[in-house]
Amino acid sequence: MIDEVHHHVLSVLVEDKSGVLARVAGLFARRGYNIESLAVAPTSDPGLSRITITVNVDTAPLEQMVKQLNKLVNVLKITELDPRHSVERELMLVTVQADGAGRREVIELTQVFNGRILDVGHHAVTIALDARPDRLDTFETLLTPYGVTSLQRTGRVALPKIDNGA
Amino acid sequence: MDTSDTPAKPPTTDGAAPERINGGQALIRALELEGTDTIFGLPGGAILPVYDPILDSPIRHILVRHEQGAGHMAEGYAHATGRPGVAMVTSGPAATNIVTPLCDAYMDSVPMVCITGQVGTKSLGTDAFQEADTVGITRSVTKHNELVTAAADIPMKVRQAFHLATTGRPGPVLLDIPKDVVDPNNPDAWFDWYWPTDDEVRASLPGYRPTTTGHPRKIREAAEMILAAERPVLYVGGGVLKARAAEVLRELAELLQIPVVTTLMARGAFPDDHPLCLGMPGMHGNYTAVTAMQRSDLLVALGSRFDDRVTGKLDEFSPDAKVIHVDIDPAELGKVRNANVPIVGDCRQVIEALVADVRKLGGAEAATDIGAWRSTVSGWQEKFPLTYEQSEPGELLKPQFVLEQLRDLSPEDTIVASGVGQHQMWASQFWTFRHPYTWINSGGLGTMGFSVPAAIGAKVGMPGRTVWSVDGDGCFQMTAQELVTAATERIPVKVAILNNAYLGMVRQWQEMFYEERYSEVYLSPDLPDYVKWAEAMGCVAFRVESPEEVAPTIRKANEIDDRPVVIEFRTDSAEKVFPMVPSGKGNDEIVVSQGVVPNVAAAPHDADQAEGVAQ
Repeated sequence: MIDEVHHHVLSVLVEDKSGVLARVAGLFARRGYNIESLAVAPTSDPGLSRITITVNVDTAPLEQMVKQLNKLVNVLKITELDPRHSVERELMLVTVQADGAGRREVIELTQVFNGRILDVGHHAVTIALDARPDRLDTFETLLTPYGVTSLQRTGRVALPKIDNGA
Repeated sequence: MDTSDTPAKPPTTDGAAPERINGGQALIRALELEGTDTIFGLPGGAILPVYDPILDSPIRHILVRHEQGAGHMAEGYAHATGRPGVAMVTSGPAATNIVTPLCDAYMDSVPMVCITGQVGTKSLGTDAFQEADTVGITRSVTKHNELVTAAADIPMKVRQAFHLATTGRPGPVLLDIPKDVVDPNNPDAWFDWYWPTDDEVRASLPGYRPTTTGHPRKIREAAEMILAAERPVLYVGGGVLKARAAEVLRELAELLQIPVVTTLMARGAFPDDHPLCLGMPGMHGNYTAVTAMQRSDLLVALGSRFDDRVTGKLDEFSPDAKVIHVDIDPAELGKVRNANVPIVGDCRQVIEALVADVRKLGGAEAATDIGAWRSTVSGWQEKFPLTYEQSEPGELLKPQFVLEQLRDLSPEDTIVASGVGQHQMWASQFWTFRHPYTWINSGGLGTMGFSVPAAIGAKVGMPGRTVWSVDGDGCFQMTAQELVTAATERIPVKVAILNNAYLGMVRQWQEMFYEERYSEVYLSPDLPDYVKWAEAMGCVAFRVESPEEVAPTIRKANEIDDRPVVIEFRTDSAEKVFPMVPSGKGNDEIVVSQGVVPNVAAAPHDADQAEGVAQ
């Protein structure tokens, strides 16, 4: 679970070259900071990728981290995304025990959360849910009593909210 | 994933047919075109194809005896000349051997380009013979590094490397080049030669745009703050030397008569014999430089980075001072101490703009009268000069005495390269640096063994100058083998070993802070026999044990100009470096000599003066 008070989301636009992720991750590792989640993928701009990093760091060291990141030759731009002014999503795949009465409850929960069932077995189902990370946390908590067999989250991705001049 | 920076169509010259060239030739030609006159290196399997075209190149290659030597020579060359040093070694153990110099250059912002060989691209990641993940290993000790995967990329990668190494905050850049990329027998290693333009180089580095011009509003604010200050100090760091800003620094200091401290990395940036020069601050700085910063109401930090060896205990450092901080690296601003006026920019450009603004605002006439401050400062200088006790007849030499003699008997523009430890501090304290780029040392990393190879590199870059390596016996044993290089290549450096038979600085700490429990610091004065060793390496060598031999031997050494000279001075192992701010203590607790702590012991007598100044 992510500490919502100290967590910061950085959106880092980088050149799509080998070793860039290692450079970025290395700056955090060197200072002993743990990266909570990390998502990397190409952008619409060819040759550029966006790295979305969630870290649990106080504001002052984070400022220094951002400055150090900016010094990396392959880093083009860093934006800290304020959760109030950004949209965030994360995808979770979870396989959960679903037997007897539990099976119906799990399916109902999935519907409540707008998840989808991707795979069905005699005793288990695999569910996909994309939502705000805190919704995934809740869903995960609610599923736990049924017996989670395996679970994979992607780490959050985020973009700034569109400014409509309001 | 696209890893090629090669423009789609290589431009041709004058419409002539493009010239076919292989990767190895291209690398050497690219180095030539970047102005490289010297490569410090040592060949091996993976870099073999690049060593062949060296035979046809005007570049001088200096064959070192250990790859660490190549790195420090490149650093010494860069320190002395301001031009990037170039080192070239093979893969695996050679690359790991040069990690220390890379880290050293990174810490001290030394422009350096390092070429390493690598196993062929098909063998990468297979634990091939002499394979090491050089790019991975050196990532955190270089400004930038890259694996070059195509011969046609070489011209652009080399141009990028020099651009990155020499602009912004300078630093080491490494290119790791797999053997097949430079192998003339590989058809894929041949390509149509091209040389990227400056614009193409800049365009290829979209994430690299160093700010060199300071923000005009901030500079104006800084100028006003300097004019208003009552107890200003110019806190000058290595960035001033990197920016070639010594002249304009002097203009600023003299314009408003502001005292100047020069950090270990900035010795020589302001002349030591100038009335405004207070010398070196920090852990082994002199009382006046340390205390002026402590009592200051405005620190003008120019290319300095509030290193822990300067600040001492941070909470107690310069408590009343506002801070103007000028640095080309934005990450330095606010890293250690928050600045009231942070200015990102090249020191020379910013100081020039500051001087112009100060003049516009009325110059010295408009400045607060700081006469009282200057006389307080001169009072400290008179009361607490650097001192040491001369040896009694029959006792071992005092290292400070040796350095004073060396200083007085060598040409004024002598370049001094030191190792790390007591001898480094004494050299910095007792030499009189009158010119920039005459002091070369390992400041940030504190690399023992730096001196001999750095001195060789400096001498290669500045052959007309006298170059003295001031070394300790512990340091000398780490890299002395490079004197073989110096003798072979006829590089007449001079080495003064201050042989106190100990790892002296560690001994000093064990004496002061570990109740004289000496653990693993004794080295013996006689083993090795430094004179025989130096002679075996092709040097002229002398041993000096008594004060009256010091001057004549130095004179003899200074007259030798066709081979390296080593003088071993037998010095007093009990001698300690003072002043000293004990580790972890505030700078007010400075100990000026054994047991003398002026700001604490003498407080009742000095209270008026000290407090009057502090407020």
